[in-house]
Amino acid sequence: MKLHLWRRYKFCASHRLHSAQLGEEENRRLYGKCNNPYGHGHNYVVEVAVSGPVDPATGMIANLTDLDAFVEKEILEPFDHKYLNEEITEFQKNIPTTENICIEIFNRLRAFSRAKLERVRVEETGLNSFEYAGESAGVAHER
Amino acid sequence: MVYLTRKLEFSASHLYHNPAFSAEENRRVFGKCNNPHGHGHNYVLEVTVAGEPNPATGMVLDLKELKEILQREVSDRMDHRFLNYEVPELAGQIPTCENIATVIWRLLESKITSGHLYRVRLYETPDLFVDCYGESNGAHPGTPSAAGDAR
Repeated sequence: MKLHLWRRYKFCASHRLHSAQLGEEENRRLYGKCNNPYGHGHNYVVEVAVSGPVDPATGMIANLTDLDAFVEKEILEPFDHKYLNEEITEFQKNIPTTENICIEIFNRLRAFSRAKLERVRVEETGLNSFEYAGESAGVAHER
Repeated sequence: MVYLTRKLEFSASHLYHNPAFSAEENRRVFGKCNNPHGHGHNYVLEVTVAGEPNPATGMVLDLKELKEILQREVSDRMDHRFLNYEVPELAGQIPTCENIATVIWRLLESKITSGHLYRVRLYETPDLFVDCYGESNGAHPGTPSAAGDAR
């Protein structure tokens, strides 16, 4: 039986979209309000899907206590109430768009040992969200 | 291919307890869910059927028919029930979201005769849900072969 267990988390963080490869005017044109030099923030929602055999002894793919503790340590602690551009190493070089945040979260959660990571979905606001399922599956967009 | 989803809510109680575990082990593994008196949830079920619209009706399947199937197979069986004791399909299993979704898949799969059952998504809470795709290894939305279908 093919099953995905999904768990939903939230974190709040600020970011600024600005590309060092573009001029000031071009950054303003491309990113609009998101280019504000002081940054701005969102209430991000992260949905994580894992798969694996259901343990007959527990009825579970993975114990949520283990998944919650792992996501807390790898994602929520480092990301929540932070300025992503400066406080997350990855975003000192990559632009913290929700596409890149989604990929970064997926890469950090790959190491979860109790089940196979299938997919990460990130909502920047209720109106846009991104999904990533690893290199082979590409990124799906909803705007 | 069109994916049609019908939503249904039911409320039920359950508890997690494995008689093969010691009392201490049950508490450690299942935490609050091991309370012997049980506890409950408002479950939300989303059933997705995939198929081509019938040219004569414009429908993948008649929603009224799907509604009746869901009422008979899911609501009548599970709504306002104690899942451990009142749903025979769950007997001997821990009624986790994984196991309930699997039971619902098995109850519905053969009853859907127009189109085919594609996914059963069961929310235990808005923060915890399970997708069941049955035994098939078919592609689902977001994978390369189906990327254009549903998103």
